[in-house]
Amino acid sequence: MSDPESTEDTPTESADGRQTGSGPVTDTAPASVDLFLPREDRSEPAGLVAETSEGVQEMFRRGETGHAEIRREAGGVLRIPEGSGLDGPDIDIELSEDETMIINMGPQHPSTHGVLRLMMELDGETVLRTKPVIGYLHTGMEKTAEELTYVQGSTNVTRMDYLSPLHNELVLSLAVEELLGVELPDRAQWIRMLMTELNRMSSHLMWMATNGMDLGSTSMMIYGFREREMILAFFEKTTGLRMNHNYIRPGGVAADLPDGWEDDVAVICDTIRPRTDEYDELLTGQPLFRQRTESIGRISAEEALALSLTGPILRSTGVPWDLRRSMPYLKYAEVDFDVIVGTYGDNFDRYSIRLNEIRESVRIVRQILEKMPAGDYRVQDKKVTPPPRARIDESMEALIHHFKVFTEGFKVPEGEVYVAIESPRGELGCYLVSDGSSKPYRMHIRGPSFVNLQALPLMMRGGLLADAVAVCSSVDPVMGEVDR
Amino acid sequence: MTPEATTAASVAGGGAPRVQAPVSHGAVFPTRAQYLGVVGDLRDDGFETCSDLCAVDYLTHAPGRPLPDGVGAERFEVVVNLLSLSRPRRVRVRVQVPAGDATLPSLFDLYPGVEAMEREAFDLFGIVFDGHPDLTRILLPEDWEGHPLRKDYGVGRVPVQFKGAPGPR
Repeated sequence: MSDPESTEDTPTESADGRQTGSGPVTDTAPASVDLFLPREDRSEPAGLVAETSEGVQEMFRRGETGHAEIRREAGGVLRIPEGSGLDGPDIDIELSEDETMIINMGPQHPSTHGVLRLMMELDGETVLRTKPVIGYLHTGMEKTAEELTYVQGSTNVTRMDYLSPLHNELVLSLAVEELLGVELPDRAQWIRMLMTELNRMSSHLMWMATNGMDLGSTSMMIYGFREREMILAFFEKTTGLRMNHNYIRPGGVAADLPDGWEDDVAVICDTIRPRTDEYDELLTGQPLFRQRTESIGRISAEEALALSLTGPILRSTGVPWDLRRSMPYLKYAEVDFDVIVGTYGDNFDRYSIRLNEIRESVRIVRQILEKMPAGDYRVQDKKVTPPPRARIDESMEALIHHFKVFTEGFKVPEGEVYVAIESPRGELGCYLVSDGSSKPYRMHIRGPSFVNLQALPLMMRGGLLADAVAVCSSVDPVMGEVDR
Repeated sequence: MTPEATTAASVAGGGAPRVQAPVSHGAVFPTRAQYLGVVGDLRDDGFETCSDLCAVDYLTHAPGRPLPDGVGAERFEVVVNLLSLSRPRRVRVRVQVPAGDATLPSLFDLYPGVEAMEREAFDLFGIVFDGHPDLTRILLPEDWEGHPLRKDYGVGRVPVQFKGAPGPR
């Protein structure tokens, strides 16, 4: 937009000594010009006049705008590791609006993995600032949880992270059990481990599929979905549903494993393990794939820790932090597995970490196959666990307990607890407050993708727009969990 | 060393520490004035990352909830979960925030990762974090009224239309 007045205004402006990008930030600059004065009475010359749909509007020149204003307008609060926010020198306020462009990617963009909207400031094809805008899938699940009993609670949380529903159920159940103080039978814990490890495999396979598609490898997409389907079929056999299982419940699991589960699981392991080697052939060694992923979206360990990142993103920077190893829950202390770490914190490291975590999960599942103990799949506590169907016909007490558990639910002692597990995306936490009734007083889920999304502005800065898709994919956000 | 002893030692520098150890992990109860200092001490003490920050509205559960001596129960409570990776350990910091003046200093300068979490607490509970760089609604639309996770927020209902129900006449 050309401005006829700008040439004669320039001396006045430089004499004014306005700070341009260095030194302390002045937010008071725009206030020195009073918009309500008539134009000739103003001490400062006005900017340009634009014809808008609402009539003629006066605008200041870009240089008149303070840093805080620009930050708000561009919507980009850059998270710089020192926590300094967006400081003066970081914004080039001399860069005119003609040179940068703010575009919206999403919320309907297919490569944002759901309804994620990214506001990006671009200089040509280079991404300067990014702001993830979320909330398009917010359904108030934390509020809903306060209206549901503990028995019904896992039906609610399982819908958060829809790619790893069993982890959501697990974290809620562990929190409730910690407040109840019940100790689970061994078999229940091993079943939970088996199911969540299979779920980790299916979630990572889904990620391999979508990441492949984002980078243009549609074969990978088909392969990833094909392998995931095997696991979902086993889930359907065990829990009755392919997704949103409501299988892991406070007090154990909903049902014992089906007959012949060992064969099914062995077939899954024997199929998926060699196929990960095929993925190696398809992707890992490919020059095109490596160029699209290596040194793209880099992040350092200090930055990752400052931004509270967890999961494969944190491990890609070389920090060996896996809750299964560092703060073991269930029976993870009794199985043998490796924590995969990267070196450079780039997209390629995150890819190889997820690929190798599938292999580690196969390794864990094979050990579970050997070690699965006999026993009960849920705790035998009449107040917590509903009685078996057969008992209801012969025992009045069983009928009453059944009725109580499913109408009123069970009461959980007063207290608060924070429990965290390692979901495929990172630390999945549940903060539960009980007031002694049969419904949670407050249930907060710490979604790993919600926190990990904060890394996007840092990872994308200075990269190309085409790589923004790859970076977004490598963070692996699941919007159901981000927005909850 | 027990978790309680560590938190007590680290908090001992600023103000009188009030340390309590609930079910599983230690929790620290600073006042609002001590809040930043206590969290800063804990960070220097090796709690490298802030894994979670959330708020609780104790409106209907205010009297009689277990708090250590000397901590006055207020309506809101902000719970910060810090994590030390070097000696795998968590600590919870629980601050009481009164309903009349629901403000708290932001932890953004200490842990930039709380940016989204504080926005969420602001969005759903209306707690204002002073010093937060971009305190706007994050999950709800910008023009939303009220803060839904507060206990006195009216839960709306959508009338259900049943198939055989008589028409509206």
